[in-house]
Amino acid sequence: MSAADQAYYDRRGLLATLGRDGLIQIILIANTVIMLAPIVIMVFSAFKTSNQIFQTPFAIPDFTAIGNLAKIWTETNFLRYLANSVVVTGLSMVLILVLGTMAAYAVARYEFFGASFILLFFLAGLTLPLKLAIIPLFILMRDLGILNNQLSLIIVYVAMGLPTTVFILTGFIRTLPSELEDAARMDGASELRIMWSIMLPLVRPAMVIAAIQNVVPIWNDFFFPLIFIQNDDLKTLPQGLTTFMGEYNTNFGVLFAGLTLSAAPIIIIYIVLSRQFINGMTSGAIK
Amino acid sequence: MPSMRLNKRGFWIAALVVPPLAFVALFVVYPILSAFAYAFFEWRGLQRGDFAGFDNFAKVLFTEPYATWTRNAFAHNIIVFFALMVLQNGLGFILAYCLWRELPGVRIHRVAVFLPVVLSTIIVGFLWKLFLHPLFGVVNISLRGIGLGFLAQPWLGQNSTALAALILANAWHMVGFPTLVFLAGMQRIPSEMLDAVRMETQSEWVKISQIVWPLVAPSATIVFTLLFVGAFNWFELPYVMAGIDGSPFGSTDVLGLYFYRTAFGSVSSSTQDFGAGSALAVLLFLFIALVASIMTVRLRKREIEL
Repeated sequence: MSAADQAYYDRRGLLATLGRDGLIQIILIANTVIMLAPIVIMVFSAFKTSNQIFQTPFAIPDFTAIGNLAKIWTETNFLRYLANSVVVTGLSMVLILVLGTMAAYAVARYEFFGASFILLFFLAGLTLPLKLAIIPLFILMRDLGILNNQLSLIIVYVAMGLPTTVFILTGFIRTLPSELEDAARMDGASELRIMWSIMLPLVRPAMVIAAIQNVVPIWNDFFFPLIFIQNDDLKTLPQGLTTFMGEYNTNFGVLFAGLTLSAAPIIIIYIVLSRQFINGMTSGAIK
Repeated sequence: MPSMRLNKRGFWIAALVVPPLAFVALFVVYPILSAFAYAFFEWRGLQRGDFAGFDNFAKVLFTEPYATWTRNAFAHNIIVFFALMVLQNGLGFILAYCLWRELPGVRIHRVAVFLPVVLSTIIVGFLWKLFLHPLFGVVNISLRGIGLGFLAQPWLGQNSTALAALILANAWHMVGFPTLVFLAGMQRIPSEMLDAVRMETQSEWVKISQIVWPLVAPSATIVFTLLFVGAFNWFELPYVMAGIDGSPFGSTDVLGLYFYRTAFGSVSSSTQDFGAGSALAVLLFLFIALVASIMTVRLRKREIEL
């Protein structure tokens, strides 16, 4: 092959690469527009009247026109729903992390009869869709007297979150070296002290992953409140949203304002912590 | 005193293990076992009646009109599963392949594709319901704006388009998940292996079909199985966008909605039938468990150890 031929093939290779990368970039840009446009239109529409939405749906609005947002803020139970979501999600997360760490620590750090059986028990919980047990759960909550009480939600969320948390934490705690622990034991430290002051600080990165994997489904859940909660003052945000979306069903501006306010907390946190969110939410599916 | 130490140690382990175990036993294992038991009893409202054998199962599978409703909802779940397999997982694979090249701007694209995934299904459902409004929705307004007004339709109001619209909304919501799981799988492919293929061939197609696709098989196993479980548990999106009756005329009815209506009543009828509801839940549970295990086993077989 002559030098000229070689140069020709190289150039063709370069052009092919440029063409391929160009196509890839076009696909990615098109996809990003499709992903973001609905959210941008939602936010824009929150600042428009129904008429403006109808006539110029894509126009940048006057961002000082906060009438729609104010309506949601003051005339609906939005703040109450938001506070309920924060309380229910927060308490569930605390319980999941405390109980999950306890089980995972015991299974991972001590050799005892039945440890692998316990892990298997949690594995069963991991694969069973709890939604399909809603009828027995409903009856159980009624018998416990906590229907129409946020305690029922917290209990179900902890039950849902524990298996994944135990798995993530057990795997991680097993990888920790035992030298520190042995040294502390030589010095006569109690097991509680070893766990609390020596091991737990090392487990924190895995706890963040487990927390994010659970916090999003719990914050967004609609199914269990739909069954358990009737009292409007006890509703969480996704369930409350269905209530006030019904009230303003003809006023598009207010409807978009309601969606924007409901989506805002998680969108803002996601943009700040996107790496942790992506790692946490896909960690269950990546081996 | 070794026995003393052992007791103390045993007590400590029990203190750690028993509370979480008791919790899962009471609120996961017990309800799921009860769900199976409940299906074999007669129910009057919230009161459990006599043992009914397989009556509840016979009712939802073979007695009209229940049998037709069950078949109709089941068929829709199948359609949803296959459509999302192509739209969500297929597109997810293509997008992952594009992101994998790490061209400029890849970070923004990665954050953008995952953004809808963190939103509540309720928000996504209402958002698309507003966008698809026949008169004031941005979809029809845009179609009229670019001279394609004849394509404007009541997307959610007619049999022919309602289910497709729901499927598209779901694909928009969740496509980021398979994308980033596939991407993580691709990033684990050793670069020597890719260099070796690049020496052999220029063709992207050969590279994808011979190397990338077989090597991301573990990601595919998980994504396919999760989609299957998700498609047969589909509830929130049709509930928000189409209503509890799967309107219009049951064209968007799926097993999740049908189960909810049967167990907890609907707008048109407030009768609660926990017996038939439990039977549906058990059948759905067995079906999901059976197919998901077969899928996992068969897909695992083509996975290659790196």
